[in-house]
Amino acid sequence: MTIWQRLRHTLRHGPATLPAAAPSAETAAALAARLDAAAQRRLGRSLAIRHVGAGGCDGCELELRALTGIVYDLERFGLRFVTSPRHADILLATGPLTRSMAEALARTHAAMGEPKWVVAVGDCAIDGGVFKGSYACLGGITTLPVDLVIRGCPPTPWQVLEGLRALIEANAAPAR
Amino acid sequence: MSAAAAIIRAGAAADQRPWPRHALSRDRWQAMAAALGAADAPSLQGVWAEAERVHALFLDAGSPLSASVEIAGGTYPALSPHCPAASWFERMIHDLFGHAAEGGRDVRAWLDHGAWATAAPLGPRQAALPPRVGAPEPPEFLLAEGEDLNQIGLGPVAGAIAEPAHLRLTAQGETLVRLEVRLGYAHKGTLGLMRGTPPRAAARFAARLSGSATVAHGLAYAHAVEAALGVVPPPRAVALRAVMAELERIRSHLDAAAAILAEAGAAFLETRFGWHREAMHEAAGRAFGHRLMMDGVAPGGLATDLAADGAAAIRAALEALAAELPDLVRRLDRSASLGTRMAGIGRLAPDLAAGFGASGPVGRASGRGGDARLVPGYPPYPALGLEVPTRAGGDVAARLRVRLGEVPQSTRLLRALLDALPDGTIATALPAASGEGLGVAESSRGTVWHWVRIEGGLIAAAFARDPDWLHWPLLEAAMRNGMLEDLPLCAASFGLTSSGVDL
Repeated sequence: MTIWQRLRHTLRHGPATLPAAAPSAETAAALAARLDAAAQRRLGRSLAIRHVGAGGCDGCELELRALTGIVYDLERFGLRFVTSPRHADILLATGPLTRSMAEALARTHAAMGEPKWVVAVGDCAIDGGVFKGSYACLGGITTLPVDLVIRGCPPTPWQVLEGLRALIEANAAPAR
Repeated sequence: MSAAAAIIRAGAAADQRPWPRHALSRDRWQAMAAALGAADAPSLQGVWAEAERVHALFLDAGSPLSASVEIAGGTYPALSPHCPAASWFERMIHDLFGHAAEGGRDVRAWLDHGAWATAAPLGPRQAALPPRVGAPEPPEFLLAEGEDLNQIGLGPVAGAIAEPAHLRLTAQGETLVRLEVRLGYAHKGTLGLMRGTPPRAAARFAARLSGSATVAHGLAYAHAVEAALGVVPPPRAVALRAVMAELERIRSHLDAAAAILAEAGAAFLETRFGWHREAMHEAAGRAFGHRLMMDGVAPGGLATDLAADGAAAIRAALEALAAELPDLVRRLDRSASLGTRMAGIGRLAPDLAAGFGASGPVGRASGRGGDARLVPGYPPYPALGLEVPTRAGGDVAARLRVRLGEVPQSTRLLRALLDALPDGTIATALPAASGEGLGVAESSRGTVWHWVRIEGGLIAAAFARDPDWLHWPLLEAAMRNGMLEDLPLCAASFGLTSSGVDL
């Protein structure tokens, strides 16, 4: 495809990125209630995410990677995945929290500066999912204070996006 | 026939279906192990255990060959002194069952990081073991001695969005002298959870061994259960399983291509491959009600039929990809800088790939042409025909080209399958019977094996051999004396996952 063909294609079909509806006001309000005014000022409308794979099957990770592509384009909402926990405002954990990952998860959380959020993504991260009761799992992200859960096995990129955008709205809500 | 294969075939055949398992005495097992170093020895696919027995699976000129030995005094003779590929399996068997590999090359813990309540959680003596107290011992890594060596620990939390794995890098300046991988962080106790459940219910664990190959794992597991119980799935289920599997293959190859190109710095190509990957996800969601098609395959057939507009959704996604793929490949060909970036990086020698029984793009890029869809083969592929692209380069570029070469093949298969979908039911009921079965399926990463023993309609023992069991050690080998900065690119070209290996 030449650049002109591509330009014509783009003009005719519009951008590849999908438009997004407003996030749930109810979830945003509930989250905002958990945040004090000082934290709101500090975090603002841009949040950095550190993902921790706490022993999942890679299904949730697949859908999270989809978020960063042009179709969902996470960064247009001020959300981005970062590699250092010291840069992160959100710890986004997937997986049933295997016993072997508990220490790494705790250390990642400890390395993040205050204020910080913890988001549990996927049924495994919420209560262990199908791995509930295994000798090797702790049954979800039970060792950290979880602020937001996003259900699904795995949740679709839209569901994850909706949850994360509610966090942005909570941070942007006027100070009480 | 090689000496090892002859020894195995002389063993009494136990009732494992569709390929018999040869029960060997301890002496014959040891003789077989000693013969594994020969050049014509069968290629080891996996070693696994149950309470009283250890199994080994080989491919002998493409056909599966199973051997087993009874545990005596808590031990069995090790295979690893003669066949290095057995080492990780022996460590896994020790950690999960407590069976020690006598004379094993490496006796360090593997899956067991010391965080479980007891050792050997699946072993016959588990109940008698004392509960663990205190903090786990720190892991032991291979010794690195020499001038100006630096050790760098990477993970288990590393990369932007990744599965847990720890990479221990020993570097001399910018040169990676040794890469050692430590897995096990994602050990979920899957094999333990499968025990004592009906085969249909245990399928959800097979489907969650590795999310990126959920259809392939589900399929290999279903093949094993169906072989054990003597069940034949209806023709419509066979065809739709192949639709799911090929859709997953295209999506995974596009995903891997996007990841490789991202590491190589080709933003435009990464974006376009990523867009098509997402289109495949959407088409799968429309067709089967789940973007990854998780739990779609069930023992006996399928859990979900194709949606009314499913075939149209898949065809539309394939058409868009087929229209753009030649242009994307041309751009790849024409970019001299991209070619230079990928050529010769992470070269995997053909003899190493053969020694570790590499399959999928890792094996095919180093000249190994096997594909489980054709040999040993399972329906509907032998009737459809298939060309398996191979390359000789063994580098990042070759692995990318093999992946891209498989996409048109799968596209052709999908179109042929959708044009001639049989009508009828989608599942056969499973009898509450007993049996032992071995199943195989070709995932986008290579050959997946599942083994089950069913007793009275319940799973008594199971094992899943993800292809990456044999590919991780090859990544270690391919990066030896490479550049530190090439590691992410090389790792992306291998496209390995932890969860399937961690069980």
